[in-house]
Amino acid sequence: MSARTAADAATDTMSGAINQALDGALAEDPSVFLLGEDIEDPAGGVMKATVGLSTKYGRARVRGTPISEQAIVGTAIGASLAGFRPVAEVMLMDFFAVAMDQVANHAAKLRYMSGGRTHVPITIRTAVGGGRQFGAQHSQSLEGWLMQVPGLKVAVPSTPADAKGLLTTCIFDDDPCVFMETMSLLFTRGPVPAGRHEVPLGTAEVKRPGDDVTVVTWGWQVGEALAAAEAVGAEGISVEVVDLRTLVPLDREAILRSVARTHRALVVHAASQFAGPGAEIASLVAHELFGDLAVPVERLGAKYGPIPYSASLEVRHFPNRERIAQRLRAMVGSPSS
Amino acid sequence: MAVSEPGSVGVSLDDETALEVYRTMRRIRVAEDRIVRGIGAGELRMVYYGVRGQEAIPAAVSAHLRPDDAMVTTYRGMHDCIAKGVPLVELVAEMCGKVTGTSKGKGGPMHLSDPQSGLMVTTGVVGGGLPIAVGLGLAAQLRGTDQVTVVNFGDGATSIGATHEAANLAALWQVPVVFVCQHNQYAEHTRFSDYTRTERLAERFATYGMMAETVDGNSVPDMYDAAGRAVVRARSGGGPTFLECLTYRLGGHTFGAATDYMDVDELAKAEEDEPVARCRRWLQEERGIDEKTLSGIDEAAEAEVEEAVEAAKSAPDPTEDELQTDVFADPEAVPA
Repeated sequence: MSARTAADAATDTMSGAINQALDGALAEDPSVFLLGEDIEDPAGGVMKATVGLSTKYGRARVRGTPISEQAIVGTAIGASLAGFRPVAEVMLMDFFAVAMDQVANHAAKLRYMSGGRTHVPITIRTAVGGGRQFGAQHSQSLEGWLMQVPGLKVAVPSTPADAKGLLTTCIFDDDPCVFMETMSLLFTRGPVPAGRHEVPLGTAEVKRPGDDVTVVTWGWQVGEALAAAEAVGAEGISVEVVDLRTLVPLDREAILRSVARTHRALVVHAASQFAGPGAEIASLVAHELFGDLAVPVERLGAKYGPIPYSASLEVRHFPNRERIAQRLRAMVGSPSS
Repeated sequence: MAVSEPGSVGVSLDDETALEVYRTMRRIRVAEDRIVRGIGAGELRMVYYGVRGQEAIPAAVSAHLRPDDAMVTTYRGMHDCIAKGVPLVELVAEMCGKVTGTSKGKGGPMHLSDPQSGLMVTTGVVGGGLPIAVGLGLAAQLRGTDQVTVVNFGDGATSIGATHEAANLAALWQVPVVFVCQHNQYAEHTRFSDYTRTERLAERFATYGMMAETVDGNSVPDMYDAAGRAVVRARSGGGPTFLECLTYRLGGHTFGAATDYMDVDELAKAEEDEPVARCRRWLQEERGIDEKTLSGIDEAAEAEVEEAVEAAKSAPDPTEDELQTDVFADPEAVPA
């Protein structure tokens, strides 16, 4: 962050930062419009991310819709083919199951199927649950589904500043982007640069430097990894936390650069561990740095099973700071230095 | 809800336009016959979903459209593409997977697009195109242009959720979209009466709060009139229309597929009513068009199609550098 933007940064929640990005995009470009369930005032979105925008820009550009995920995404696709940059809201990521034909068979593939003669510059914002006792259908992290569909970009911010920057970049990107808004992070405050702020897709950020082991993670689990790093740091284990920020494009170099130095890698995510996104990253590290690894690459994802309701079970389903710390201790063994 | 009288004669269809409609229908018919012959002989290789029997619908609809009007269609859509003005040479090349095709051979017969002629999407997913058409319509509405979007689909698509989400939203927002349901009596391998108790689809869609009309889709004058009402309505801000165009699929689901679920007598009767010959008779008997004029159109269509097929056959395949291009705008973003 430059001195100037640092000086300009005020604090906001992630929800507020998302609102700032949407506001800025609507103000900057008449081809931007929003559509989704309950996004108009006074509701302003179930996560309050669109509060004030229909009042400011009118209901032609901030459009509430019926509960019709296929129509929401399909309408965004159609308008984008005609030169608009629609930002669609799919209220919860679990509802991608409803919208998936439009997402996977249409948005992701139209550029390719048309030989580059059409393209789909849409952004789909979606709230991601987990850890809030919303049960099996309102808590899923499904980024792995999206990574398996060539043609989709996937962004997952962990801070308000990254949320503003990544969302702005997604809106003005010429390909379909899914922007995941982690519910448990939406109302935590952090610095947010004023004015236009972009974070390039495919650029990870080291959220905490360290020497003994690299945690590769994103979204919700960044905070858990940082807390775990703090805890084991007190025991003499130096942890580097790499926040991928986008899964597609994937910043391979940032991952490899870190692990080449620490010789240990743990991938942490809220998505199901089995056949999850961590497998791709673990494979990358194992293949590229086989001879440099002090221990095998480890993964820590959600347990294989629907997400339980009971808080005492849910806390055991997802990774958390204690389990990450435990794994880090096991990987590093006796602390360095 | 208006239902047009069977056999009613269009008053607004002048001879010149009627001949244009016939020319389009003949080009479609000749293209299908040639492709089917080519596949059968092993000369051409593709998956082909026949359009025989449905030619009058897009030919009549497109007579009301401009190149800057948008169209969305489905895998059974070669007739729609030809009617909308997609150049035959590039169309056939795409169907053959050649680099000279509309999508450099990467889309194929189920995923044709040619934005220059307004063909924005061809989907292989039944019903998948309707929500996209609503978005194309919304774009015109937001810009304040008078462009119209036409979306084609079969009666089978009326059973899937996306269709109903799209119809409801289109009516709610009054977008300039014409829903052209080509009711060919079959949902893939299932007869209409075996998948719904609804008798008139137009009645079902009228309940969304849009104009809905049932029309003889094999009658050029009827189809021309109904499409004209719908397109004018959309163009003038009157909102969407659902057209239930009654026709008959004169073949199996795909080329070479079994047809044992089709009633032989019914199929024979439908063949007698097939729209290309019917239009030709109508032009001669009702409009007094001479045989020479019609033969001239027929022969020109044969020559044009043959030229397109020969060009496709001799065109090169796409090269390996195309494999991962057009995934994203930026090739750097494509994972290794």
